[in-house]
Amino acid sequence: MRYEAPTTAKEAVRLMAGKAGMARVLAGGTDLLVQIRTDRIAPDLIVDIKRIAGMRSIMTKSGGFRIGAAVSGAELGEHKALRRAWPGVVEAANLIGSIQIQSRATMGGNLCNASPAADSVPALVAAGATAVIVGPRGRRSLPVEDVAVAPGRTSLKKGEIVEAIVLPKRAPRSGDAYLRFIPRSEMDIAVVGAGVSLTLDRNGVCTAARVALGAVAERVILVPDAAKALIGSTVDQAALERLAAAASAACRPIDDKRGTKKFRIKVAGVLARRAARTALARAQGK
Amino acid sequence: MPLDATIDPATHKFALVGTRPLRPDGIDKVTGRARFGADASAPGMLVGKILRSPHAHARIRAIDTSKAAKLPGVKAIVTRADFKEGDPGLRDVLHNVMARDKALYDGHAVAAVAATSAAVARKALKLIRVDYEILPHVTDVDEAMKPGAPVLHADMITANVEPAPKKASNIASRCEFGHGDPEIGFKQADLVIARSFKTEATHQGYIEPHACLASVGSDGQGELWVCTQGHYMVRNQCASLLGMDVSKLRVTASEIGGGFGGKTTVFIEPVALALSRKAGRPVKLVMSREEVFRASGPTSSASMDVKIGVTKDGRITAGTAEIRFQGGAFAGSPVEFGAMSAFACYDLEHVKTVGYDVVTNRPKQAAYRAPGAPMVAFAVESVLDELAKKIGMDPIELRLKNAAKEGTRSSYGPKYKRIGLIECLEAARRHPHYKAPLGPNQGRGIAAGFWFNFGGQTCVSLNVNVDGTVALAVGTPDIGGSRASMCLIAAEELGIGYEQVRAIVADTSSLGYNDISEGSRVTFSTGLAVIQAARDATAKLCARAAKTWGIAPDAVVWEKGYAKPASPNAGSFAPLSLADIAKTAGSTGGPIAGHCEVNAEGAGVSFAVHMTDAEVDRETGRVEIKRYTVVQDAGKAIHPSYVEGQYQGGAAQGIGWAINEEYVYGRDGRLQNPGFLDYRIPVASDLPMIDTVIVETPNPGHPYGVRGVGETSIVPPLAAVANAVSAAAGVRLSELPMAPPRVLAAIDAAASRRS
Ligand SMILES: Cc1cc2nc3c(=O)[nH]c(=O)nc-3n(C[C@H](O)[C@H](O)[C@H](O)COP(=O)(O)OP(=O)(O)OC[C@H]3O[C@@H](n4cnc5c(N)ncnc54)[C@H](O)[C@@H]3O)c2cc1C
Repeated sequence: MRYEAPTTAKEAVRLMAGKAGMARVLAGGTDLLVQIRTDRIAPDLIVDIKRIAGMRSIMTKSGGFRIGAAVSGAELGEHKALRRAWPGVVEAANLIGSIQIQSRATMGGNLCNASPAADSVPALVAAGATAVIVGPRGRRSLPVEDVAVAPGRTSLKKGEIVEAIVLPKRAPRSGDAYLRFIPRSEMDIAVVGAGVSLTLDRNGVCTAARVALGAVAERVILVPDAAKALIGSTVDQAALERLAAAASAACRPIDDKRGTKKFRIKVAGVLARRAARTALARAQGK
Repeated sequence: MPLDATIDPATHKFALVGTRPLRPDGIDKVTGRARFGADASAPGMLVGKILRSPHAHARIRAIDTSKAAKLPGVKAIVTRADFKEGDPGLRDVLHNVMARDKALYDGHAVAAVAATSAAVARKALKLIRVDYEILPHVTDVDEAMKPGAPVLHADMITANVEPAPKKASNIASRCEFGHGDPEIGFKQADLVIARSFKTEATHQGYIEPHACLASVGSDGQGELWVCTQGHYMVRNQCASLLGMDVSKLRVTASEIGGGFGGKTTVFIEPVALALSRKAGRPVKLVMSREEVFRASGPTSSASMDVKIGVTKDGRITAGTAEIRFQGGAFAGSPVEFGAMSAFACYDLEHVKTVGYDVVTNRPKQAAYRAPGAPMVAFAVESVLDELAKKIGMDPIELRLKNAAKEGTRSSYGPKYKRIGLIECLEAARRHPHYKAPLGPNQGRGIAAGFWFNFGGQTCVSLNVNVDGTVALAVGTPDIGGSRASMCLIAAEELGIGYEQVRAIVADTSSLGYNDISEGSRVTFSTGLAVIQAARDATAKLCARAAKTWGIAPDAVVWEKGYAKPASPNAGSFAPLSLADIAKTAGSTGGPIAGHCEVNAEGAGVSFAVHMTDAEVDRETGRVEIKRYTVVQDAGKAIHPSYVEGQYQGGAAQGIGWAINEEYVYGRDGRLQNPGFLDYRIPVASDLPMIDTVIVETPNPGHPYGVRGVGETSIVPPLAAVANAVSAAAGVRLSELPMAPPRVLAAIDAAASRRS
């Protein structure tokens, strides 16, 4: 196994695109190292991206944020402006693991590990985030919901690396929130996750919304019908019930050791409703 | 050894017993200096790894190790052929340590290698070819009992059934306990409730995986450093399985990162020794967490039917239970303990329990804190809870009305001596928790529990050092702070300070045989042996003083750390301290030591009452434990902090068992959740501070009145939590764990029944 720690994105791409059999990016390593240690994968090449300038920083960019792919959860939590603008994204990223995990784990890794239960991803999808990807053919941008395609599989091509995640400029009277269901209080994997982002007009009517669900399909899903249930309403009880029904209807989960289909379908609606309430309160400045 | 005539535990003023000094192993454990199983190493050490069956049930047609043997760095490969067959008492132990003609569960060991590195060992395992013929399997206890179920052992004829069955089955044996005639009792009842219950297998969840370092020389002498609850058991079993003389194997117990009963048998130790013998080099073997889950000993899963009758005024007229435990691939589930303990809390005229010990394609169960009792208490205490509600009686009142007391004939036979159940129930009723208001979606549950406790073979040595300090050697691994308690007891008897005594767990060649640290026996029986060894030493100290003074030995008494003339008639001499006598021991007769070898009898049974408040999220089925109180009889608490620790630990494990912990098997019979991510023990933030009340009803069988406390604390929580969750959810939960999908389904089903 070869380990490389390049200092430029270009060099990282060159290494990743090279011939060596299985190549993997190393960000925080909280998924990758566990997979290697438990014999699930045996990469021939590991490319550590933590020494690449720009991948470790959060920059404000035309009112939005550009978050380097190697920024840890703890660093996100310490960024006041980001927390103010996107509290749901930050709370989702900060749910990952424990203090120890937080000081390593990245949203890029959470996204590229492509688990349907990844906690930060539904919040990013709801936020309308995009992934900036560098590869042998240059840079491109991709909506976050299009990065993972199936458990453990992404749409990234050979040699491509996520360089940053971009969050758009926040409109006034906006709020977002993320909730996950776990049987315990921490150190657990989402049985269902729900991210909601919404914007109100001056009269408190919802003008824009995005709803995303985790752990209820082969990847994190954006649920336009759930968003439609909110848009045009004051996010009242009736709208919330429609949202819950739409969220449940969008689920295509499996029965597994973490929960039954029936359970996930019902709880997806419950969580979407509860997350929408928090997002609403935040949009109202409460 | 009975309660001391000179000591009334209720009024006696102990100097040290009952105080809370720091444990002697504390600093080592928090600084990382303590050495656990995997911390042992030796020059030239190899790494051992075990190949395990991926199939739940398969015939092993052949094992080809030739390719692995050729891999550079591989120094030894062992299979079943490398062990000594024939010890009838260890037949199943050996089958479990290494499969022979069949793999009986996912994770069953089939071969092992020792190599120069972990990477080589892993590679070698992949090169071993095992030719399996996959057989149909069964993992559920009720399924395994059905006619037509895949049979694990062609020679298993159910024991204790008349006439003996002609055909083999998965039912190893039947047992029955009780007295009176329940049919008569049920006729006297105003209300009879019969319910069925199920619980899943859980794991003790010790943080330290099994680990050992084995070294066998070319002269056939062996040493083993191992994390275990009983190094004498390890020595005797390994010696037999390897065909060694017991005297040629010296076993040292490491510090232990939890056992809870799970480290009372051998798994990897004989394998490490066999590898070392073959390789001629030391071999270290450490289980991964996945191996711990798949191939050590979780507890049984259970299926139970309970029927209880009461009169309107709350007298239990009869109780019956049929309980079925699967204990994995070999006979020996704790179903007898379950059947014996089911109604042990109550004074019943008519009671009967029947148990079936069943085998399935799962790892062989091992002891887990009060083995067998928690599941059965869950069933019995749930029915009592329902009865109390239906007749409109306070649940503690119902239990008080029927509580066993001194003189009660227990449901498993013997008459109780002095016991403390009524004191526990009364303390629970007086506790502020019992009257505290409940919030929305919250429910309160209470439950009682019983455990036998055990004494057993014990040997200790107490050496008086030249400077007046004392070295105490015990042979029971310290699994719950027992070294602190032993130091307290020795210091109490000798009349010296706690810090002047240092206790160690001696290796198997330094001290006579000791039973395993199990059955809540250590503070009781090792404590009892320490008292006797200390009194043996003080008698010798008195004799030395007598010699110094030139008076008869029986004219000297030991008082508060000093030898004194027994009376003015004996003469007038300044008292001599232990240190004074120790200093001159070399010229008064040589070293001074006290010893005790005993098979301790008189372990007192113990009872507990738990109460808890649970909150249920009605939309998700998620359960949160808001408050928890443990009340338990300790007889006499030697070190109250560690007694409280046992109470809290049992409650914490019981809460996990009740709410989220379970072995999940796939259709292929493979364990789906062999790790702490999906095998969900409670994390710290899942639990409230667990409140404790120590009740002290002296055990008449111990000089200070001590009862074991380590196990009773896990008996009531399954039931207490189930009663609280059922109250909060408004529907009775009769299957564990009460994981969110199950609770939500029950709430939804109840709602649709109502509408
Ligand atoms: C104890 C523990 C608790 C956990 N708890 C949670 C939890 O609560 N919620 C949750 O969602 N997850 C959890 N995880 C999983 C993990 O921590 C997260 O998925 C984390 O966000 C991964 O980030 P990382 O930087 O460590 O990724 P890494 O392990 O470095 O990478 C993960 C995968 O993504 C690839 N990758 C990483 N960065 C890039 C990139 N920039 N471009 C292309 N590919 C890339 C890697 O090659 C690898 O395949 C937990 C893990 C542990 C060990």
